[in-house]
Amino acid sequence: MRRLVVVGNGMAGVACVEHILKQKEKPEFEITIFGDETHVNYNRILLSLVLAGEKDADEIVLNDTEWYKTNNIRTRLGARINRIDRTAHTVVDEHGSITPYEKLILATGSSAFIPPIPGVDKENVHVFRTLDDTQALLAKARKGLKTAVIGGGLLGLEAARGLQVRGCEVTVIHLMDSLMERQLDATGGEYLKRRIENLGIRVMLPKQTAAICGNGHVDALRFANGEELEAGLVVIAAGIRPNASLARAAGLDVNRGIVVNDFMETSDPDIFAVGECTEHRGQTFGLVAPLYDQARVLAATITDNRGPVFTAAAPAAKLKIMGVDIFSAGSIDESEDGVEVLTYEDPSLGAYKKLLVKDNRLHGIILVGDVEDEYTYLDWLKSGTDLSSMRRTLLFPPPAGDRGLEIADMPDSETICGCNGVRKGEIIHAIHEHAITTMKGLKEHTRASTSCGTCAGLCEKLLRAVAPDFQEETKTTLCACVPFSYERLREIVRSQQLKSVEEVLAVYGNRKGCEVCKPALSYMLDMLWCGKHEEDRSARFINDRVHANIQKDGTFSVVPRMRGGVTSPAELRRIADVADKYKVPMVKVTGSQRLDLLGVNKADLPNVWRDLGMPSGQAYAKGVRMVKTCVGTEFCRFGVQDSTNTGIELERRLENLFTPHKFKMGVVGCPRNCAEATVKDLGFVGQDGSWQVVVGGAAGKSVRKADLLITVETTEQALEAGELFFQYYRENGNYLERSYDFVERLGIEKVRKDTVYAPEEDKRKLLERLHRSKEYAQDAWLERDHPATATQFVQIEPVERVRERVLV
Amino acid sequence: MTNERGWIKITPIENIPPREGRPVRVGDVEIAIFNLNGRFHTIENTCPHKGGPLCDGMVTGTAVVCPLHGRHFDLVSGLPVRAQEPSCLTVFPTKVEDGIIFVDLDGGYKAFEDAA
Repeated sequence: MRRLVVVGNGMAGVACVEHILKQKEKPEFEITIFGDETHVNYNRILLSLVLAGEKDADEIVLNDTEWYKTNNIRTRLGARINRIDRTAHTVVDEHGSITPYEKLILATGSSAFIPPIPGVDKENVHVFRTLDDTQALLAKARKGLKTAVIGGGLLGLEAARGLQVRGCEVTVIHLMDSLMERQLDATGGEYLKRRIENLGIRVMLPKQTAAICGNGHVDALRFANGEELEAGLVVIAAGIRPNASLARAAGLDVNRGIVVNDFMETSDPDIFAVGECTEHRGQTFGLVAPLYDQARVLAATITDNRGPVFTAAAPAAKLKIMGVDIFSAGSIDESEDGVEVLTYEDPSLGAYKKLLVKDNRLHGIILVGDVEDEYTYLDWLKSGTDLSSMRRTLLFPPPAGDRGLEIADMPDSETICGCNGVRKGEIIHAIHEHAITTMKGLKEHTRASTSCGTCAGLCEKLLRAVAPDFQEETKTTLCACVPFSYERLREIVRSQQLKSVEEVLAVYGNRKGCEVCKPALSYMLDMLWCGKHEEDRSARFINDRVHANIQKDGTFSVVPRMRGGVTSPAELRRIADVADKYKVPMVKVTGSQRLDLLGVNKADLPNVWRDLGMPSGQAYAKGVRMVKTCVGTEFCRFGVQDSTNTGIELERRLENLFTPHKFKMGVVGCPRNCAEATVKDLGFVGQDGSWQVVVGGAAGKSVRKADLLITVETTEQALEAGELFFQYYRENGNYLERSYDFVERLGIEKVRKDTVYAPEEDKRKLLERLHRSKEYAQDAWLERDHPATATQFVQIEPVERVRERVLV
Repeated sequence: MTNERGWIKITPIENIPPREGRPVRVGDVEIAIFNLNGRFHTIENTCPHKGGPLCDGMVTGTAVVCPLHGRHFDLVSGLPVRAQEPSCLTVFPTKVEDGIIFVDLDGGYKAFEDAA
């Protein structure tokens, strides 16, 4: 076997090794990989998502240690190669240890360019290039830290957003007149700037940093015009430079990068190069897609299949900041001869499109705010489609009549998922081999669309075209104000650390909201942050602002909590006294084994609650209502379980919490089911020696018998099973989706698998989140003494009396 | 502070939280004052549909949604947001001076009279 040494353990180098391994049944190389980072190969493009907390470091690993082991690849991590001895065919690492090679691949990547500004060596001045850089930034980032990001390109903006999500007060400083000027024109840059500023990031441009000031560690930036900016943390994202010094020292042809030909050969026949360290026909690289192409070409060359050639395709760039959609591809130079320009903009939507057309073919694309058609455009750009017949609809291309066509036109070698380097052919193969019919299955088997998610649309089209029984995943969009699915919104809120309804609407919505999305977002924020969100009462329905149920005449109904439907003479006396004192027009026994005082004026609510001395029954809320019980073993001749005390305990554990829709429970002491537990959202049915825990029952607009979740022996087990289902519904139910629709949507098998049969760790986490929420939940009626606003319940009296003047 | 026409001194602005409304009874008129993030608007408090208290409605953009049956009205013009609604609201000129809200009760106007 021949010895192959790879210097560099990054995406391009390892991708090449993967292709080499795939070329032959029997391995023909003994492979050693050197990496100066101590990590296994990870997805560098996703570092900004790690910084923003959307992904953990281990989620961006591309090849784990197991992969290296299985493929008999020797790895030397944390070892930097200092010298190549081309005559002896060896490489020498920084400790002097010598490794011989027959073939050598240089995949040394690139480094952050550090501009020659005085003070760049000060403490708390960072670059953002590696996982270690990311972790160092995460260690420094904290709420309120004044942070300056030097560089308003892709990486700088992503770093800025990541740090801002972590609580830093971020300013982006850019040398040029407009952001991302290599990918966008001035107008596009202006639209982008507005988007970025809407997120709460300050942008200063054009600004030249003259010095980084501070005694030992940075405390400010000074600009060329003499202005200063306070900064306790500085991130430099001013571009990258190929790491070519090793090759240069070895006497290989090097310009800006290591010079390679179309076969990825360097000037030494036994040395090859791939990735960001290379220079091909005068061009260097910074985006991943062409590098995967290089990796494939090199794998062919090095395994004696020399033939495929590398051609640098039109570069395409996409900004990975949620809610800031930017896409740019091809040439954006409109001064070129024969280039026609088409533009469209909608300032209030923040959308801007610009197409550059040359000889009736797409030449360049800029999309800001509306990237719906990026694949169509990219396809036209790459294939050089003649657009003569489509001129009238270029800016708004109609969806293809045959949805499979676009897919059929694409060659198998086309990369679909740039993040994970998955090609069309591989996806089709996987769909057939594993009989994949859903996006979830596709993700599991191919890893496509699991990283930044931007190729999800394309993957779905592919799946639809290839899989005969493609199953669409039904996703309900919340509403037109925030046009995302519930799942996506939960992900956005969590990863972008959004804490208030106004924030979500400002960044991801139409800034207004409506009576549908505002309460839904309020619920989502409360649930996701376990009660530690910024509560905004204006985004709640009146019932949730004054904790009572509005009636047809504008008065309210008051239902105190009566756990398990059990009350006492003292409580009943107080209720009667309140009814007299406030002249309550009707006192009614509800269907929930409680008492309802109807017709109370809003202004009287705090006093009514105080006089009742009982907690809120939440009868007005999309939240926990009650636990209905029978008398069970305490009194009943037939009772086999203590339903009353179990019901009271269940109610105590869940009361004051909110749910996607109202949540009613019942506990019965025997299968006679007197308290109707089998038509409740959650019910316990007592049997001799066990409890049946049932979920998704209904006896309202729909009537549905609950499904059996599990049968358990002890009361504590039943309570835990109930809690698991409750929190699972809270986290995964769509707003206004009752548990019976929820259970039917997911299927009871899935519900069981994700709750009572889930791995212990998952169960523990579900319960932990429930308990954290519970800790912050409190009886809403305590607002009688601490109102949310001074005028929460009162009718405002005019300062000026009307009798002082005559009304006309 | 001079009282030209029917301007009535109502209440300090902080009594009406952002994006919420509050009811005020002035003589025999019940009005609702809304705070649209710092701009104040006043309408009659009674929904023309079934008499719902509009002060308790949720604010969406510049409109209010009646808490009883979800009728939408624009707070600035008093017009129903859905064109087919037969009625609109009386809106009252509103101003803020030295942090106090004033409403001109005599200046109330309706965009159109109810359809018969």
